[in-house]
Amino acid sequence: MKNLNGVAGLAALSLMLSSSAAFAQTEIAWWHAMDAELGQRLEAIATGFNESQSEFVVVPSYKGSYPETLTAAIAAFRANEQPAIVQVFEVGTGTMMAAKGAVNPVYSLMTENGEAWDPSGFLAPVTGYYSDTDGNILSMPFNSSTPIMYYNKDVFEKAGLDRETPPKTWAELETMSRQIMESGAAPCGFTSGWISWVQLENLSAIHDQPYGTLENGFGGLGSEFTFNGEVQVKHWENLKKWADEGLFQYGGPVGGADAPPKFYAQECAIYMNSSASRAGVVNNSKEFEVGFAPLPYYDDVTTEPKNSIIGGATLWALNGKDPEVYKGVAQFFTYLSSPEVQADWHQATGYLPITNAAYELGQEQGYYEANPGSDIAINQITRGTPTANSKGIRFGNLTQARTVVDEEFEALLAGNKTAQEALDAAVERGNQILRDFEAANQ
Amino acid sequence: MQTKRTTFPNKLLPYALLAPQLAVTLIFFIWPAAQAVKSSFEREDPFGFKTTFIWFENYSRLFADPGYVNSLTKTAMFAVSVTLLSMTLSLILAVAVSRVLRSNRAYTTLLVWPYAVAPVVVGILWWFMFNPTIGIAPYLMRAAGISWNHRVDGNQAMIFVIIAASWKQISYNFLFFVAGLQSVPQSLTEAAAIDGAGPFKRFWTIVFPLLSPTTFFLLIVNINYAMFDTFGIIDATTSGGPNQATNILVYKVYADGFLGLNIGSSAAQSVVLMAIVIVLTAIQFRYVERRVQY
Repeated sequence: MKNLNGVAGLAALSLMLSSSAAFAQTEIAWWHAMDAELGQRLEAIATGFNESQSEFVVVPSYKGSYPETLTAAIAAFRANEQPAIVQVFEVGTGTMMAAKGAVNPVYSLMTENGEAWDPSGFLAPVTGYYSDTDGNILSMPFNSSTPIMYYNKDVFEKAGLDRETPPKTWAELETMSRQIMESGAAPCGFTSGWISWVQLENLSAIHDQPYGTLENGFGGLGSEFTFNGEVQVKHWENLKKWADEGLFQYGGPVGGADAPPKFYAQECAIYMNSSASRAGVVNNSKEFEVGFAPLPYYDDVTTEPKNSIIGGATLWALNGKDPEVYKGVAQFFTYLSSPEVQADWHQATGYLPITNAAYELGQEQGYYEANPGSDIAINQITRGTPTANSKGIRFGNLTQARTVVDEEFEALLAGNKTAQEALDAAVERGNQILRDFEAANQ
Repeated sequence: MQTKRTTFPNKLLPYALLAPQLAVTLIFFIWPAAQAVKSSFEREDPFGFKTTFIWFENYSRLFADPGYVNSLTKTAMFAVSVTLLSMTLSLILAVAVSRVLRSNRAYTTLLVWPYAVAPVVVGILWWFMFNPTIGIAPYLMRAAGISWNHRVDGNQAMIFVIIAASWKQISYNFLFFVAGLQSVPQSLTEAAAIDGAGPFKRFWTIVFPLLSPTTFFLLIVNINYAMFDTFGIIDATTSGGPNQATNILVYKVYADGFLGLNIGSSAAQSVVLMAIVIVLTAIQFRYVERRVQY
């Protein structure tokens, strides 16, 4: 019996030891939506943090696409199994901001845990997009991108165009596309990912056109969509005309999964998509040389195009964890936004450097001179002074509203509706979605 | 009919024996279904902080929504087409195989293979073949003068998903038809042949009527398949597009609830789907089983 007691005591002791070892390292679950190369880069950041200190362990888990990750986090929150950090795409920002009880806002999280917090260190468009009406940043900017234009220099040359002169305006893009097609250099002029984001939201921002009332939704839940203005209608009319002519090829709804292969296969000479597609574009264009350029604009609407707006995702700290966990989250966020980590992430992926310090570090390293075109995105998003129309957009249920935009665009392409009819219908259906969100969050 | 009956003196034993099955049914079927019914009467933000009871508003909004009415008609169109196409083709294949004397086992095995492929994989395969940019089918059709782009053309998208969904189901139907054909007595067809009936006459007047139990069974199974099991195929090929042209009910439930985070409307749609299943099952038991001659 005595012997048995000894064994039990040993077992208890070893249990205590192992649990105290686990206690020493607080686990921080981080749910994200980055796969393939981006996912590996993200895990490297977590590993870097884990090796830099011994108190906390950040455990990243891939949860699928952006919408899937958001849905998973919400379901987990309802079951009280939420991760400490979740990566939410910019479209989910309105949804997250309205869910006040679920979120531990980053500005208070940082100050409460004694971490340095200086919002002015972030790029102005980033802060603008993710701040609430009082100017507080609620989620940690992580991967921010903006759409740019990629073009095939070899095809340009084959078509008799200057390989170093991409189109600046839509008018130039039209003539160049036509020349590319007619010369047989490529069967199609241009394609685009993310119709809703690139050809409507960013189009509106660049041309200083309102996307919705109440400062594009920043002013409150009562806002309404207004993206059926003259400029947007004209642009969609053009896209339809160009699609019929073959100058433009549609790449599918949401992200436009068919668009990148069209560019990689040298079918379309020009491709508009997120700056974060850069790594993929470079990897898949071994057989031709890629050029980078800002998005085109209509020079009869504006001669000074405004800044483009943000896409990508931020990290949200969810409520309901121990104070110890939030201490770790705060430390991790500090690590994450350090110039070295940010510059590395930015240069490897094509996402924007989210802090001025990271951008300056890149300049010091001579990265932008060594990689021409890599600063197109940051120059485009920081050009001029942002207006209420180019600061960004903030709407609840934006995922659904974007689906509506895609659907009406498809109706336009199929010839069922004119551009005006399609955009009017999208506004009307979109407003219905906004009213639903308002009703559910009052 | 008088048979020997075993009676158990223990009153609790039958319930104890039933308990596991009842527990499974309650936890995995009744409880979630009840939750869906409850949610369908509520409006809720995604995180579940604010829940308002709104009676039938989710339902009335649903049926006033042209998108939902569109989804209903698309589903009907899709289910009927898939059922007709896959059953006709598999019946033809089954008859053909039963007439082949040699190596009909090899044909049977080959024809059953597609059934082992998971719906999502089927979707990916067809997505790849029909991809407007890189697919082989649009490339061949372009040579024949047909411009194929199911990303834009709603009718082409519908044809596309019907083909993909039918292909998957042909194997299943084929197996049942082959078995059904084997149970048709040879003597009847031989007698008809002696009386001078040709192969077509023999098929329509003898074989087809005798196959009717199999046909009716497959009819119900196929409608159910097209309405509920094709989610993976739709998700992998068209995602309900373009412009909701292939947005069948079961996909819309997912898109509105899981992508759009509109839980109330999604729950109301599931309840409607549940009602459709109940009606279909009732029809199966009430009419089909009774009217078919065995």
